[in-house]
Amino acid sequence: MPRPIRVLVAKPGLDGHDRGAKVIARALRDAGMEVIYTGLRQTPEMIVNAALQEDVQVIGLSILSGAHNAIVPRVLDLLREKEMTDVQVVVGGIIPDEDAAALKRQGVAAIFQPGASLEEIVNFIRGAVPA
Amino acid sequence: MKTAERQFTTISAVPIEPVYGPEDLPGFDPARELGGPGEFPYTRGIHRDMYRGKLWTMRQFSGFATPEETNRRYHYLLAQGQTGLSVAFDLPTLMGYDADHALAEGEVGKCGAAISSLEDMEILFRGIPLGEVTVSMTINSPAAVLWAMYLAVAEQQGVEWSRLSGTLQNDILKEYIAQKEYIFPPRPSMRLVTDTIEFGARHTPRFNPISISGYHIREAGSTAVQELAFTLRDGIEYVDWALERGLTVDEFAPRLSFFFNAHSDFFEEIAKYRAARKIWASVMRDRYGTTSERSMKLRFHAQTAGCSLTWQQPYNNVVRTGLQALAAVLGGAQSLHTNSLDEAYALPGEHAVTIALRTQQVLAFESGVTGTPDPLGGSYFLEKLTLETEAAAKDYIARIDGMGGMIAAIEDGFPQTEIAAASYRYQREVEAGERVVVGVNRFQSEDPPIELLQIDESSAGHQREKLAALRRRRDNDRVRKALDALKHAAEGTENTMPYLVEAVRAYATLGEICDALRAVFGTYQETAHI
Repeated sequence: MPRPIRVLVAKPGLDGHDRGAKVIARALRDAGMEVIYTGLRQTPEMIVNAALQEDVQVIGLSILSGAHNAIVPRVLDLLREKEMTDVQVVVGGIIPDEDAAALKRQGVAAIFQPGASLEEIVNFIRGAVPA
Repeated sequence: MKTAERQFTTISAVPIEPVYGPEDLPGFDPARELGGPGEFPYTRGIHRDMYRGKLWTMRQFSGFATPEETNRRYHYLLAQGQTGLSVAFDLPTLMGYDADHALAEGEVGKCGAAISSLEDMEILFRGIPLGEVTVSMTINSPAAVLWAMYLAVAEQQGVEWSRLSGTLQNDILKEYIAQKEYIFPPRPSMRLVTDTIEFGARHTPRFNPISISGYHIREAGSTAVQELAFTLRDGIEYVDWALERGLTVDEFAPRLSFFFNAHSDFFEEIAKYRAARKIWASVMRDRYGTTSERSMKLRFHAQTAGCSLTWQQPYNNVVRTGLQALAAVLGGAQSLHTNSLDEAYALPGEHAVTIALRTQQVLAFESGVTGTPDPLGGSYFLEKLTLETEAAAKDYIARIDGMGGMIAAIEDGFPQTEIAAASYRYQREVEAGERVVVGVNRFQSEDPPIELLQIDESSAGHQREKLAALRRRRDNDRVRKALDALKHAAEGTENTMPYLVEAVRAYATLGEICDALRAVFGTYQETAHI
């Protein structure tokens, strides 16, 4: 049997609105993935360290506060520094189209904006992680 | 024969019968269950003449970027006929960090106005007479500090504190439950809240020192009943702490205010507001023994449901908000915020916020719903739903009493887990198409992009420069002394408010003051459950 996909769901920045992160974490778990939820107020350093220790294939970042342009590139930089570029980074939250395009160019695998379905997110992750 | 008949439920999954009639209300005594408007148990509203006497306050929550820019928005809103102000602070402010703190990187001015010192507060209210305009401030963990700044600005304007009217949100319990913007552990946080309630009872008789809030609980995904029950149980916790402090119930209870969500399920929301007044009146009379009507009357602000706004087809949000606002008005709200159509994307632009305000004005001046109080009272369906909501909320309140109160329940993760389960159930229903969200899972179409408010990235730099200049200019010796005195008071049992007022007068910054309190109280980390 293949090893289940391991996902770190993280909530960076000062914002505490964790409804989305928790719903996604449950949905991924119900889809058979192993989910580690970091809890609130994680710095990019804490997130990348947790991803390393937990040996995850995917990091899901939930950001609603508008701080994505400061946080996400830092996470990508740290993954490069630690030679963890095989870890896929997906971002969910309030990310305007033009920022989403820029973040994808920098290496984010997918951005899920409000209204994205759980099914779409699960399917994307299944397709993005090599079996 | 009925086979596989479709189940109708409210958005909170409460079953709805095919039809309601007198048989659904056996033994219903209007005098006991409703009273008249302005009469115990206030189910029909807290005033006899309701909106005939005074319309609700139209209070749009607003704040972004620098205090200078937010001040300009306030002047604009007042010029458009808004009747009160409501301050949104940015995340660093909400978390007690100055704009130049490392954790503020990327967050300054994004979700509200950046306020790090009394200087910023002076700018925020420049040209706004605090003796005349009522101001609500959405601030929780560091609420006592921001309130001290507000009191200091009033002092500078020559306005007696006793004339100030407005509301401090200051509801820390719902932060642990739902919104998660906490700094200190629950007990020292409750002590700070009690300090403000006590200080308010002595010095600001027209100011609401707390707005006990269900809004964020609902936004986190709770049902209507959970929103109601957890909010009222939070209220009970604050009352218990204030009594423990030595206040008498009637010294502070008339100044407790509430804040509820105005969500999409029209009748469920109206039932919720009616049940809220009814339960609170009984709690105050029977649990606390008050005979004062002012202590029994639950006054509330309502805000339409941000979580119901969609990114897709954003103009539909105007209609959603209009219906939600109508529910709040039919439910007897004292003040109201209507969300703007662009708020699934960003903080509202000026055009969008104007439409939101006009929505309230249309309701107030064109719809005719203000002509008589509680116009839906007596509807079989609404009365039944009100009774069911009341019973279900009382059941939750009794369970939390059984756990030893709200702090114990929070530490056990009880309300948090209940909300997460409700939120996941709802999302599953949307996913399965059992709940229709127009434009999202049905009736999809492409929409042209809308114009959005951009927060200038230069705000952070501007705030940092002002702070650096302030730190050079102020009397740093006086700041140090004020912070030491504050720490000493925090370590003991004295009311911290006078020390906070002195610290802000000395231009100690929000971050410095919160650091002093962190050193005494410690900080809080929740155990994350999914």
